[in-house]
Amino acid sequence: MEVAVTKFSFTKATDANDAVLKASSLTNAAFIAGGTNLVDLMKENVARPGALVDINQLPLHTITETEEGGLMIGALVTNAATAYNPLVEKHYPLLSKAILAGASPQLRNMATAGGNLLQRTRCYYFYDTATACNKRNPGSGCPAINGFNRMHAILGASEACIAVHPSDMCIALAALNARIHVLGTGGTRTIGFNGFHRLPAETPEAENNLQPGELITAIELPAEDFSSHYQYIKVRDRSSYAFALVSVAVALQMDGNIIKEARLALGGVAHKPWRNPVVEEHLRNQQISAPLLQDAAEMMLAGARGYGHNNFKIELAKRVIIRAINEAAGIL
Amino acid sequence: MQTTFTGKPVNRVDGPVKVTGRAQYAAEFSTGQTLHGVIISSTVARGRITGIDESAAMQVKGVVTIFSHKNIPTLAWLNFSYWDLAAPPGKHFRYFQTDEIYFSQQPVAIVIAETFEIARHAAALVHITYETLPAETDVYASLHKARKPKGSRIGIKKPKSRGNFSKAFAASAVTVKAEYRHGAEHHNPMETMASTVIYQDGGKLVIYDKTQGVFNSQQYIRGIFNLKFKNIKVVSPYVGGAFGVALRPQYQLFAAVLAALQLKRSVKISLTRQQMFSLGHRPAIVQQLALGASADGLLQAISHTAIQETSRFEDYVQAVVNWSGMLYNCAHVQMDYKLVPLDINSPADMRAPGAASGVFALECAMDELAYQLSIDPLQLRLINYAEKDGVSGKAYSSKALKACYLQGADKFGWQQRNPLPRSVKKGNKLVGMGMATGIWDALSIPVRAKAVLNAQGKLTVTSATADIGTGTYTIMSQIAAETLGLPLDDVTFQLGDTDFPLAFVQGGSYTAASVGAAVQKVCLEIKQDVFKLAKRIKNSPFKQCSLNDVVFSDGYIQLAGNRSTSLSLASVMQQSKTDRLKNTATALPNALQQMRYALNTHSAVFVEVEVDEDFGTIKVTRVVSAVAAGRILNPKTARSQVMGGVVWGISMALQEESVTDHHYGRYINHSFAEYHIPVNADISNIEIIFVEEQDDIVNPLGVKGVGEIGVVGVAAAVVNAIYHATGKRIRQLPVTLDKLL
Ligand SMILES: Cc1cc2nc3c(=O)[nH]c(=O)nc-3n(C[C@H](O)[C@H](O)[C@H](O)COP(=O)(O)OP(=O)(O)OC[C@H]3O[C@@H](n4cnc5c(N)ncnc54)[C@H](O)[C@@H]3O)c2cc1C
Ligand code: SF4
Repeated sequence: MEVAVTKFSFTKATDANDAVLKASSLTNAAFIAGGTNLVDLMKENVARPGALVDINQLPLHTITETEEGGLMIGALVTNAATAYNPLVEKHYPLLSKAILAGASPQLRNMATAGGNLLQRTRCYYFYDTATACNKRNPGSGCPAINGFNRMHAILGASEACIAVHPSDMCIALAALNARIHVLGTGGTRTIGFNGFHRLPAETPEAENNLQPGELITAIELPAEDFSSHYQYIKVRDRSSYAFALVSVAVALQMDGNIIKEARLALGGVAHKPWRNPVVEEHLRNQQISAPLLQDAAEMMLAGARGYGHNNFKIELAKRVIIRAINEAAGIL
Repeated sequence: MQTTFTGKPVNRVDGPVKVTGRAQYAAEFSTGQTLHGVIISSTVARGRITGIDESAAMQVKGVVTIFSHKNIPTLAWLNFSYWDLAAPPGKHFRYFQTDEIYFSQQPVAIVIAETFEIARHAAALVHITYETLPAETDVYASLHKARKPKGSRIGIKKPKSRGNFSKAFAASAVTVKAEYRHGAEHHNPMETMASTVIYQDGGKLVIYDKTQGVFNSQQYIRGIFNLKFKNIKVVSPYVGGAFGVALRPQYQLFAAVLAALQLKRSVKISLTRQQMFSLGHRPAIVQQLALGASADGLLQAISHTAIQETSRFEDYVQAVVNWSGMLYNCAHVQMDYKLVPLDINSPADMRAPGAASGVFALECAMDELAYQLSIDPLQLRLINYAEKDGVSGKAYSSKALKACYLQGADKFGWQQRNPLPRSVKKGNKLVGMGMATGIWDALSIPVRAKAVLNAQGKLTVTSATADIGTGTYTIMSQIAAETLGLPLDDVTFQLGDTDFPLAFVQGGSYTAASVGAAVQKVCLEIKQDVFKLAKRIKNSPFKQCSLNDVVFSDGYIQLAGNRSTSLSLASVMQQSKTDRLKNTATALPNALQQMRYALNTHSAVFVEVEVDEDFGTIKVTRVVSAVAAGRILNPKTARSQVMGGVVWGISMALQEESVTDHHYGRYINHSFAEYHIPVNADISNIEIIFVEEQDDIVNPLGVKGVGEIGVVGVAAAVVNAIYHATGKRIRQLPVTLDKLL
């Protein structure tokens, strides 16, 4: 069926612990933050939570400096507020740039940091309950593999699912080695960004390593300086309000034209932001040059595979990588 | 001609009610106890419903009933009863009356409940099972099944070949042969389809429908449900865009009327965005073009073949190839138009139906020919300029296309263009310029209008036409005010009501001309009537005068020679103790005169693009569209129409496509997140020139209509500019970046 919102209860959490408690005790509960993704999925009958736990009144709306000199972004800070925060703009302009490449001003005003991390894939089939989909309905099959897969993954996909994570913000967070702070019934813990999202493997329905009922409380950015040499390039089918076909976040530390430190994350190509430490190592302490970047691009795309409609992404990704590194380094 | 209102950039008279939210749309009308319906759509493209389990849904409190083929009453039997004014030939679909599935998203059940939320929730609980049969939905895979269209459709001429193409083509010094394709597109106006049916005592229905023609909805419902005309009133004062999707009555109307009649309650139903993709669409088409020319660029032979998808039940036809017989001087033209029936819903007219597709292919082929000949593309058009319509042999009532070419080229700076492809670079961007021609019909149809002048000298004019955002309210008010010499504020134009005088559906760009003629005519009659009264009143200064001796201006009748001798219309009414003057008039096109001419609008479109050489991303940086469309009643609303058309053309060229998953036989990108149309950031400078075109033949107002001409040719101009920028000839729309990598 296509038109549906099934019945659900709605409660407001009073504090973070209450939110976790409610989420783990109510059947089939989901947190609701900005609602820009969850409500859409409910209207399409893809998400059918039995209970919504509203977390908007929790005190997770601020961005503060950490003792180490990094930043702590509350899970409920909107994407717009993050992008335009003076500290973020000054120390992590890559993050601002990536966020502002996403969605539209209206959406960014509603969307939260936590919600952005957990937004679901935009795979056409995932959204259409008339079709099979392993992610929505485990075991039913993946029609995208032999179907229309223009937006789909070229890296890290599985026989079960070739969906991509659609976020722009997360690509920058991956490059910046962000850490996710979460609260569960057993207390708090911190997850490194690379360990947060998962590849689809045999269980595409599991998109991240959160435990049931766990609440994201903050995103921490470590104190590192990538504010001089960075770039985020997003290639999409229209100038705004479209998801990335390929996006590249680059953060560099340069000494003249020597790359001292490199971070490189790809979006629109895999089930999670795609990084490859070997490539970053390969770039370290090297003088920037066309062959070096070509090598890096080839290495990043090693093992890439297209599914027909998305074959173009492989070559496109290489070109975007090269331009993004050049622009980040200041070589235009 | 000196005018006060016509030809002036008058603001939209319906602007204030629209921007303040007071304009009511079909789904916004209500009575206290309106029921809500939600339609369930088929998940398969072909097959049969084997079971509908409503038990869980019926247990939800507030659910009233569920309609499907299992329980719907016997309705009209004849195919003709399901016909509508915009229907193509064939067996018109009978919604909810069969267990057979003919297309994906076919409406199969209606859940009726006390609130929308309950109906939507219950719809999710209805469990429908299908026996699925293999479906054919790919026109490209079924080209070998193409056949001639059956039957005929009003207004669509069968293509008429002339001369001997094969011989002339074989003898041509320079030739081009190419195939062009574009996929399906859906209209997707902002307002989705909606109907609110108010059930009144005695079974009378007042229907607020989203429609381009209230009479079409009325006659459709009457035939199917065997009702009396007087018991169906259809009202549609405001329409949130339509582009053709509301020409035919859609199934939410059928469903809401069915439920209202069965339950004897008022019922409201609107479609979801996803369901908008179940409606008629611009069909996918494959076109083959072959052009032959002499070495100096004179066209010797044109062949244009189109193969287009249609449904299994109707032969939707549009004029795709016909333009190739008209646009250029050429003795040997062969045209062929075929259909491939598929397991899809019937296509439907979508803004500039046929021409948007056909002229795209022809004008791309002309560009290819220009490069083969090493002749400037604009020059090639001028060399082959046609003074007459080559199909009918008739002269044009007016054709200022040459002026469009020259003024457009001048404004655009076409002369500065380096003819060599890939010759201009700006950083990472390749810059290109392309052009194309546009053509559309300048039709008029018979329309009635009524005018009432009241004792205060205020005028109300009515006609059952529509304003789908085009500006009908505004230009009709202008014409009425102009004709009767009234201030604009003293004129009210009303439309979209079956109680008003007859007007056909709004489409085909004939509303301005046809309704305008009726409004002008009825206002002229009122003018005579009120002047007669003026002459008769005591001490009238006009006793010895005829209509020629006076002018109507600013609410007064004034002596032409001495404007201070005057009487206000209000005082004429009051002194003659006349409460109201009313008159109704029918404007009939002068068929005898029109028959001797070809009646068309034309345009020349110039486009500049920048293409990122590495990424293939394309940006249209500049457009100049020069349009010849007779007299322009309101340059502001007309400009908006053409500008919207240009954006549509850019969209068609670069973004828009309803993508089918052929395994499911289903449009798979059915949401605004994935069915791309341009955002503001995609659109840069669009300049519109209205070239002067005097035409006393086309209709008394000299008006040709601008609703569609703005789209035609734009896609070709964009594709031609991309070629000029990159040296890559893309023949399949939309030109997404992957095609340029
Ligand atoms: C048309 C459209 C275009 C878009 N384009 C882009 C784009 O180009 N790039 C891009 O990056 N994004 C894009 N977005 C996605 C947008 O960024 C996300 O919808 C948004 O970030 C989600 O945030 P939210 O607060 O609204 O989440 P919600 O919808 O409220 O929640 C999303 C999910 O996160 C869970 N959740 C929320 N907060 C927490 C928390 N603190 N702890 C644990 N779980 C939580 C919810 O339970 C839910 O499962 C687009 C969205 C739309 C609708
Ligand atoms: S790619 Fe993943 S999300 Fe898409 S249909 Fe396949 S399983 Fe579902």
